[in-house]
Order: sequence, then structure tokens, then C-alpha cells
Amino acid sequence: MNTNQRDLVVIGGGPAGLSAAIAAKKSGCRDVLLIERDRMLGGILSQCIHDGFGLHRFGESLTGPEYAQRLIGESHDMGIEALLGTIVLSMDRDRNLYVSSRMNGLTKISAGAIVLSMGCRERTAGAISLPGTRPAGIYTAGVAQNFVNLQNIMVGSEIAILGSGDIGLIMARRMTLEGACVKGVFEILPYPSGLQRNIQQCLNDYDIPLHLSTSVINVHGKDRVTGITVAQLDEKRRPVPGTDRYVQCDTLLLSVGLIPENELTRNADVKIDSTTAGATVDNTLMTSIPGIFSCGNVLHVHDLVDYVSEEADLAGEFAVQYLDGGFNIPNSSLNIEPKEGVRYVMPQKVTAPGDFTLSLRVTEPFRDKAIWVRDGHRKIARKKLVRLHPAEMIRIKVKADKVQSAKILEVSAE
Amino acid sequence: MLIRRENRLSMLKSCKTGQARSERTSPILHYDVIIIGAGVVGNAIARELSRYKIDVAVLEKELDVGMGTSSRNSGVLHSGIHYKPGTLRARLNIQGNALMSDLCRDLKVKIKYIGKLTVAQDEADIETLNNLKKQGETNGVPGLEILDSEQMNKIQPGVSGIKALFSPSTGIICPYGLTIALAENATKNGVRFYLGDEVSAIEKKGHGFQLKTLTGKNFTARVVINSAGLNSDSICRMLGITEYKIYPCRGEYLVLDKRLKESLSTLVYPSPLKDRAGLGIHLTNTVDGNILIGPSNEYIENTDDYACTKSIMDKLQKEGHELLPGLTKSDFIRSFAGLRAKQMPSEVGGFKDFVIESSKDVHGLINLVGIESPGLTCSPAIARMVREMVRELIELKEKTNFISEQPGRTELFHELSTEEKMDLIAQNKDYGEIICRCEQITRKEILDAIQNPLGNKTINGIKYRSRAMMGRCQGGFCLPKIVQILEMEFDYRPENHLLFSRESSIFTGRVRN
Repeated sequence: MNTNQRDLVVIGGGPAGLSAAIAAKKSGCRDVLLIERDRMLGGILSQCIHDGFGLHRFGESLTGPEYAQRLIGESHDMGIEALLGTIVLSMDRDRNLYVSSRMNGLTKISAGAIVLSMGCRERTAGAISLPGTRPAGIYTAGVAQNFVNLQNIMVGSEIAILGSGDIGLIMARRMTLEGACVKGVFEILPYPSGLQRNIQQCLNDYDIPLHLSTSVINVHGKDRVTGITVAQLDEKRRPVPGTDRYVQCDTLLLSVGLIPENELTRNADVKIDSTTAGATVDNTLMTSIPGIFSCGNVLHVHDLVDYVSEEADLAGEFAVQYLDGGFNIPNSSLNIEPKEGVRYVMPQKVTAPGDFTLSLRVTEPFRDKAIWVRDGHRKIARKKLVRLHPAEMIRIKVKADKVQSAKILEVSAE
Repeated sequence: MLIRRENRLSMLKSCKTGQARSERTSPILHYDVIIIGAGVVGNAIARELSRYKIDVAVLEKELDVGMGTSSRNSGVLHSGIHYKPGTLRARLNIQGNALMSDLCRDLKVKIKYIGKLTVAQDEADIETLNNLKKQGETNGVPGLEILDSEQMNKIQPGVSGIKALFSPSTGIICPYGLTIALAENATKNGVRFYLGDEVSAIEKKGHGFQLKTLTGKNFTARVVINSAGLNSDSICRMLGITEYKIYPCRGEYLVLDKRLKESLSTLVYPSPLKDRAGLGIHLTNTVDGNILIGPSNEYIENTDDYACTKSIMDKLQKEGHELLPGLTKSDFIRSFAGLRAKQMPSEVGGFKDFVIESSKDVHGLINLVGIESPGLTCSPAIARMVREMVRELIELKEKTNFISEQPGRTELFHELSTEEKMDLIAQNKDYGEIICRCEQITRKEILDAIQNPLGNKTINGIKYRSRAMMGRCQGGFCLPKIVQILEMEFDYRPENHLLFSRESSIFTGRVRN
């Protein structure tokens, strides 16, 4: 098998991969190869036909396909080579890739640098140990969205939704618009998992009830779903006796979380953060393996595609810097750690000079708190917020001159 | 393409008009032998009888073979240490274990002899191990050894215990793979499978039998073999035999991500003691690299209740975390339940020996009742035993053109060497396209599964044959792609996509017409 030598390989042609490839090309990299397993570019945006994308990046509200098309158009204009219908089977720490496609069969690519942008997958019924039978009519929200929006197939007529993730909320509205009856959204947590704007625009505007601290404790039906039993949960998330009720439905959609798709990443022994389930990276978006960068939902699950693109721009630019040899991998680095009220913070360390942005999520909803970045007792940065919610990623800028002599950066919500 | 569509339409038609048809008289289908139930035992018998110049049919109520206990178990090839000498279970286990290696080679079914450690924690356990070893040796189990702690840790690092009984002939096998392959090979040798044809009545007529199915088909047979598993007692009752009763006993399992496959190289069971029911909850590797946690033990009412329960899943998760320290929440990818066909009610409990007999009351009927564990291991030996019973009833003349081997290969495409993969892709580009990302299943393998010799057309049929949708994303990525293939290349419409049964449509129609 011949080995194909390439400078920069970007794995995944969704918004992260497209943005990274474009940014790399703009930074002067001549040899950028984008690998996409689907037969077209755009990733999951192709099935997100609702609007609300691009407010930050393009200053207007676009649909998913429109947002994708802007990036695809730009990548075409810049002459970025994309291998479509091509899947990366394995990757090692020396940046060798085995890829397979109908057209070219099995080939080997050796890359100077790699940007990982494979996105994420949905958590399934099995992953949440959904009790009851296994009839037809149980879908993750994104799969249902694919059938309805891309394949003109209706998945059901009486719908219950478990979990209030954004895709579930979007699908509640979508199914309603197509004539289905959405019985309700049931969320285990005492607060919703999706964006506030989606609660308003997808549920409230359509009178779809949201039941918090409520879970599905049984699924009924032998052949097709006939109904579910739901119950209220106490503070320890145990069903409260006597609160069971039966909800008749033929379909159960699950919107219970997204998992970064890091099987290839693990393949290459890249270190994974157990909270984000993505790679640990420094402020150049480089993982624990030199020359392998990560961005977008494969790094940590985002709520806005605009920020995916922004993060991917950086990954693309730094990957080019790495290729150009302008990268000194320092012996020591500055660790960034989540503290009180903060579930995770990304990047996990600082190695390169320059200002940078921290992305983080809080552990639970708060009001009127500030995000503090400290080195011991010394204040590095602070951002006051009225409303802090786990569903909404918080970003805070950090000035390079402030961290020069820092030993550690601790990030908390106080 | 056209033929496929007609088949599909006629299948749908028959399912819609099933009731009405039973009123009509349809032509009578004549067979020498009719086997009721296409589980691993029924299919093993079908394949064994396909060596002879007789007409054999298998009637199965589900749309696919092996949809009951045969696809819902641990997939363990047992050594035979646990059964009392002289019982059918002991004898057939030893014979079946010995036959399985050649059978799996011929049928291209995955099997791995990974051995089993039964671990003792105290002196009382050691006594149990010594007795098991003696019993096993009396039964004829080869290679049994008592190991000390150091020796057992060489086989499976991290096992804690003072002694262990090692049985090298214990293995793992793909249970549904075997069940499907037996049926496909039997089909190739002339056996006819009627899937989705549930027997509704059997009558003894002269020297033979008349059978009716819910779909309105009429059959005659000289010999009827009742291998209906969980429903074998109901079949008996249709012929006036009331002495058998099946008590379904549910076992729930959790399936773990392949990420953990390296952590278990052999089967590890606790030493069976009086205060531990059955063989206990344990970890079992599958031939495809997953690990199963289970099974639980719970007597239930119905023979088709495969529901998983919150309390047992919680318990299995807890056990899993204790047995596998590296386990994380996202490693649980699926749960399922299977039913054991017990002959003893819950209050009595325990095991009763298999019933495999040529009926004294109804001449020409062969009954197989209560074939629970180790039924999978025993199946090839049961088939031979039943063949001899059939020989007592009708003449068996061997065919000269029996085909014992299935074409193709045992391994999935992704398990082949790079050179083999490149060769195959050069022959057929469909091998180059991965449809199921998690399990790396190619388009060619999906197309083969769709065009399976038994004519099953369900989504689960594709899953069991190709392994697509069995990975960590559970079809999140590939189900839409498989549906697209079925729509574009096989002319499916939304209403034709069935999960497993006639009533299990996965879609309700078009969004826009």
C-alpha cells in the first residue's frame, strides 16, 4: 500500500472541520486535506433546517444548511481538497491514518499535522439503561430529525420526549409542525438541558408541556411503543411513589446528551478529559500528542455552532504554526482547573504565549455570580453574569501578561 | 429488483389478510417431517435431517429464526462440569461441545475456546471445586485442573481467590450466528422455512398429522418435532399431552462497549454455593469483543415478556462496577432480556433434565421440552439424538449431494488483514464503503444481510446478520443510511420497514406526499 504524505489532514467535514481547513489555508498552508465520511460536507448542519445559526459569526440568523453552505462555498473557493465518502479507520500517535472509501479503497496517509473535528454522537437508550420493552418507535432525537428532514419519513404520530436537550426541543416543534401530537418533554433534572431560547420558541410557543424532575420509568409495547410510564423524581433522582402516570404514545424520542466521538483519538493514545469526554488540550488546541489538534464537538459539546467555528479557526491556525516549525513545546505548562461551581474548563492548560479564551460550563443554574480566574489569591480575570446555566457555555478572555508568572489557574463561579 | 418487490408485497399482503385467509382453503403442503420452532435446537435438527432424502419444513411464528432464547443468552459453550452424571444434560453437553468446533468451522460461525475459571474464596468453596472436578471427569470433560492463585492470575490477571477450577473446553460462540447459519445451510440442502407462520392447530390423522397456521396455511407431516422452546408445552397441549408446563425465568443482561475487551481473557465464575442462585451474575465475553453482565434470575408470567427492569439494571450496573473497576457510565451500550424454559415453578426452583422423547401417546411426535442451559452447547448432539428417533419412525436414506459447508468467511471484513481487505475491495467496491461506523461494517456486508437466503426483511434481521447497529451508537449513525439503501435500492416504502415483527413498523408514513 502506498503512503500518501500530506501536510495537514482535517478529519470530519462538519462546521468544525470546514472552519479549521479554511483557517489553515488562510494561514498559508498549501496542502490541506479534508476527510469526510458522508457523501457531502456540512455534517449535522444539513439536517438542522431551523434557523438561529450564525448570529455571532455572520451577524444574521441562518438555517443549518445555509450556515454550512457558506463554509462549503468558501472551502471550494479556496480550493481545499475534500475526500468525501471516506472514513478514517485508524490513527496512530505518529499521525498515520488508514482510510477507506468506495473510490480509492484502503489507503494510508501520513500527516504532518492533524485536526480532529469528528463531532459527537447521541447518548442512546442503552446508555441510560432505559427500562421496559424494546419495541419499534424509540429514536434518538437526531436520528428522528434525519428521517423527517432529510428522508421525508415520519417517525410517529403521538410523541413523548425524554430529555430536554436542544435537539429534543427542536424536534418537539418540528413534529408538531408536521401534524404529530407531542405529549410532553420529560426532564430528569430540575432544570432544562437546552437553551432558554429553545424552551421559549419550541415548547412554550406551541403549548408543549415541559415536566422537570420527571423520568420515564417504563416503556410499554411489544411490537411498537404503546405508551410510557413517567414519575416524578425526588432530590436523589428516585421516583416518588404514587406519582406514576401513563402517557399514551407511539414514539419515544431521546434527547439525553451528546458524547464526543473520540474512538480514533483514543486509538492514538491521546489523553482524554473524563468530564468533557474530549481530548485535553492547551491554549493552541493541541492534544497531548504533538501535531494532533482538536476542536468543535469532538473536543467538548458546544451549544452554538458560531463558537465551534471560532474554536476551529484557532485549531487550524495553530496547526499551521506547528507545521511551520514555529512551535516550541515547553517543558512546563500552566494548568487550568475547574473549582467550585464549574463543571469543566477548556483548555486544560496554557503552553503558548498570547491572550486566550476559556470555555466553561457551570455545575448547576446560578443567578448573579461571577466567574473568577485566579492564581492562588491573585485575580487573573473576572466576568459578572446575571444568569449562569449549564446549558449555556460561558467564555471568558484571559490576558497573556496576567498569566506570565502564574503557577495555576483556578476557575470558579462565586 | 422487481422480484424482490413482489416478494415484499406478497409478504405484506399475507400479514394484513392473515385472519381472513385462514377461513379459506389453501392447498395442502405435504412434508415428511415438520419441525415446530426455528431456534438453535430446531435448526440443528433441520440441518441434520437435511442430510437425508426426506422433505423437511420448519414452522416458525416469528419473522426470523432464533428470535427467542437462541438470540438472548450468554453465548457460552459449556464444558459440562455442572450436570449430574447420567443425565441427558451431562451427556449431550459433552457430545455437543465436542461437535461444535467442526460445525462452526463448516458453517463459518465464530467460536473461541477461551476456558473458564470457577473461583474458590474459602475452604468450603475448594470442596465444591473438587466435587465439580470429579463430576466433570465422570462426565468426560477434558483437561480439568485445579489452579492456585498464581496460576489463575496468569490466565486472568486480577482474579482474586485461593483456588480455581480451570476448564479449557469452555468457550464462547455467536449464538444467533449459529442459529442463522444452521437454518441457511439447511435451506441450501432443501429444508423449507416458513417464517411468520405460527402453528394454530395440530391433529393426528391416520399415520400422520395435519397442521394449520395462523396465516391460513395447511400442512401434513408424517413426523412432527416439537422444538417450540418456551411454547413447547402449548404445542403438546394441542395434541392432548398435558404433563408438561414451562415456567419462563427471565435473565437480564447489560452489554458493554468493546473498549473493555482486553480486560477479560477468560470466563470467571464464582464457585456455586447453596446461597448463590444459579451460576450467579458474572462477566461473559462475546466473540465480537463486547462483555455481557448478567444474567439475573426472575420467574415471570408470560413467555414473550422481554422487558428490562429498572431494579435489575441498577443491580447489574453495580455488580459491573465491582467486577470491572475501569468501567464508566458510557460503557453501557445496551440491555436485553432472555427467558429460560424452566420445567420447575419458582417455589421448587432448580434444574430438571431435558425431555427429548418420541411420544408414547402420540405416535410420530417427538417432543423437546425444557431445553434451557446448556441447550446451545447441546444442540448438535440433540440433533443427532433426534435423528435416531426419526429413523425409528421413517426411513432415512442419505443424500449424496449434501453440502456441509457454508460459503464465505467467519470473520467480518474489518477483522481481515490489510492485504485481504485490499483484495476484496479490488473485487467489489462495496467493501470500501463503511456504513456502520462503530462496528466498521461495509456496504457489501449490509447488502448481503439484506439479501439473506431465508428472506428475512426486518431491520433486526440485518442487524443480527451483519452486526451493523450493534455498536456503541446503536444505529444512530447507520440506521438512516440502511433505511436509505432499502428505499433507494430495494424499493422499500416507509410502511415496509419493520423492526422485527409484522406490527413493528418503525415509521408511520411520509412527511409530505
